[in-house]
Amino acid sequence: MSRPRTLYDKIWDAHVVHEADDGTCLIYIDRHLVHEVTSPQAFEGLRMAGRSVRAPEKTIAVPDHNVPTTVDREQGIANKESRIQVEALETNARDFGIVYYGVNDVRQGIVHIIGPEQGWTQPGLTIVCGDSHTATHGAFGALAHGIGTSEVEHVLATQTLIQKKSRNMKVEVTGSLGPGVTAKDITLSIIGATGAAGGTGHVIEYCGQAIRELTMEGRMTVCNMAIEGGARAGLVAPDDKTFDYVRGRSHAPKGAAWEAALAHWKTLGTDPGAEFDKEIVLKGEEIAPVVTWGTSPEDVLPITGTVPHPDSFDAGKAGAVQRSLEYMGLSPGTRLADIEIDTVFIGSCTNARIEDLRDVARVMRGRRVKDGIRAMIVPGSGLVRAQAEEEGIAQELQEAGFEWRMAGCSMCLAMNPDQLAPGERCASTSNRNFEGRQGRGGRTHLLSPAMAAAAAVTGRLSDVRELV
Amino acid sequence: MERFERVSGIAAPMPLVNIDTDMIIPKQFLKTIKRSGLGVNLFDEMRFDENGDEIPDFVLNRPAYRNAEILVAGDNFGCGSSREHAPWALRDFGIKVVVSTSFADIFYNNCFKNGILPVALPKDQVDFLMDDAEKGENARITVDLESQTVSTSDGTTFRFEVDPFRKHCLLEGLDDIGLTLKKMDAIEAYEQRAQLRSPWI
Ligand code: SF4
Repeated sequence: MSRPRTLYDKIWDAHVVHEADDGTCLIYIDRHLVHEVTSPQAFEGLRMAGRSVRAPEKTIAVPDHNVPTTVDREQGIANKESRIQVEALETNARDFGIVYYGVNDVRQGIVHIIGPEQGWTQPGLTIVCGDSHTATHGAFGALAHGIGTSEVEHVLATQTLIQKKSRNMKVEVTGSLGPGVTAKDITLSIIGATGAAGGTGHVIEYCGQAIRELTMEGRMTVCNMAIEGGARAGLVAPDDKTFDYVRGRSHAPKGAAWEAALAHWKTLGTDPGAEFDKEIVLKGEEIAPVVTWGTSPEDVLPITGTVPHPDSFDAGKAGAVQRSLEYMGLSPGTRLADIEIDTVFIGSCTNARIEDLRDVARVMRGRRVKDGIRAMIVPGSGLVRAQAEEEGIAQELQEAGFEWRMAGCSMCLAMNPDQLAPGERCASTSNRNFEGRQGRGGRTHLLSPAMAAAAAVTGRLSDVRELV
Repeated sequence: MERFERVSGIAAPMPLVNIDTDMIIPKQFLKTIKRSGLGVNLFDEMRFDENGDEIPDFVLNRPAYRNAEILVAGDNFGCGSSREHAPWALRDFGIKVVVSTSFADIFYNNCFKNGILPVALPKDQVDFLMDDAEKGENARITVDLESQTVSTSDGTTFRFEVDPFRKHCLLEGLDDIGLTLKKMDAIEAYEQRAQLRSPWI
């Protein structure tokens, strides 16, 4: 019998094109997702070297990072630099024969939301994109990670990537989540436990009952933030939920190919007895709804907590905590649930799928956004938007006081006009609370969609369990 | 790519942990479709105030460090996004080496593709270099890739680890794509095998 292997080992082994003596490998890439911000220089490089795209049928392009999210974008993008980038992507897609979802296509959306939606994302594949949240696709049991622009060019030209194998890390979440606790609370709690560099050099496999009980949307939320914990990729073993999600999607296999694919996918799970280099276990029933208080995603605490004191950290981190509290305008000892907010942002590839919007609608039912609070919902794709409209959620949420936007990254990174003003405090369902991330001087508290809805109702960070 | 052999230059201290890619190059500068010219925006929000004026105590604005070629930084340097604009901006400013206890994976990788050497050293050695860098202009540090050493002006020398393949590419200024294209036979053979084994892909 061969050595027991992890899910990561199996996908890796199946994609090695060449291995050098020192362990450097050439890995074959099955899907390459491309967006407007990190690709222009790569296409420029191809043109300069007279190279073509090796596998255009495995490459998908969509503008998402800097597109405006107002309805008038149909008339064109006002900001000149953004317009040039989007036009460059469109031209590059056309010139090199790549599938392109334009701004006015209903299938347009955040690259990590439309990959799964269109069935491009499938178990066992290697998937890359010039964006660190590519880990999202790991929810399907695909090996997916972010790459830089030079690597984008490398994949375009060769359909391979030069890589060394990472180490295996297992994160098990046992038991079941309590009411009001969601996938976002799991993933933030894991980062709180391991630190922002805890997964560096590793590929994480998330497992355990609480992960199995999540929907595909929830698993995507968990894998999405693997990178915030330092891991390039996060994986969940595929199961019936995965197969049901993929079945019938535009680019999923059909007929006999489906049966063959399914038989293969069922063999991908980690073998019993396979070894991991690092393991951590969290108890699902102990996870509380959490929020971040600082400017690193590891700065996370249950909503029932208080802002910590810099002295409670070791010397290396204390300075960073001091700086982040100043930036965030918070003082130690303040109850997190007393922090008043100005803005609520519901969106991003972490939490802008239909299930997230349903969570928000559930909390909002019979309630309104507090007067004076700016509250914005940016669906992850045109199709998510359309579905929410069909389910009636869109209308309910607008009546409750939310702005209802077109799909894109929006205030997750604030490259488009959706930005925080200096000092503006935001409850955000996105994934990064770095200084200036959502606008220069803007203050970000990361939380789940349900918690964001609770904050919208009360005007401060709030425990959603008191509202459900 | 330019060859990297040795750098002997001024080291700027940045004793902050988790310096992320949003700090290195804020997103408003990602709208370019070129690789060059990002150096003026390196660390923009830490370097300039709202009016675009220099913030005098930011390290790279201090006279002693304006021409720094080396950065000595706290743990987990380069975390955050995959934007290669971060190494492009560092390189364009003139930074050729970053020393830290640890680097985020994607950033680490991106450095090598752009002629920047990320040097990971144990905490006490980084602290030593940080102290040295804080002493100012006389603190020149020499980083030699061939012998894998970092030395201070008083002769203290630390050895660092670097992947042999990456070292080779950096020393020779080799372009990854050119190297990989030489393996086209292996890629084609893989594609044929994969086509038989998993035709649905
Ligand atoms: S939503 Fe945010 S994290 Fe996701 S791809 Fe867009 S910018 Fe990146």
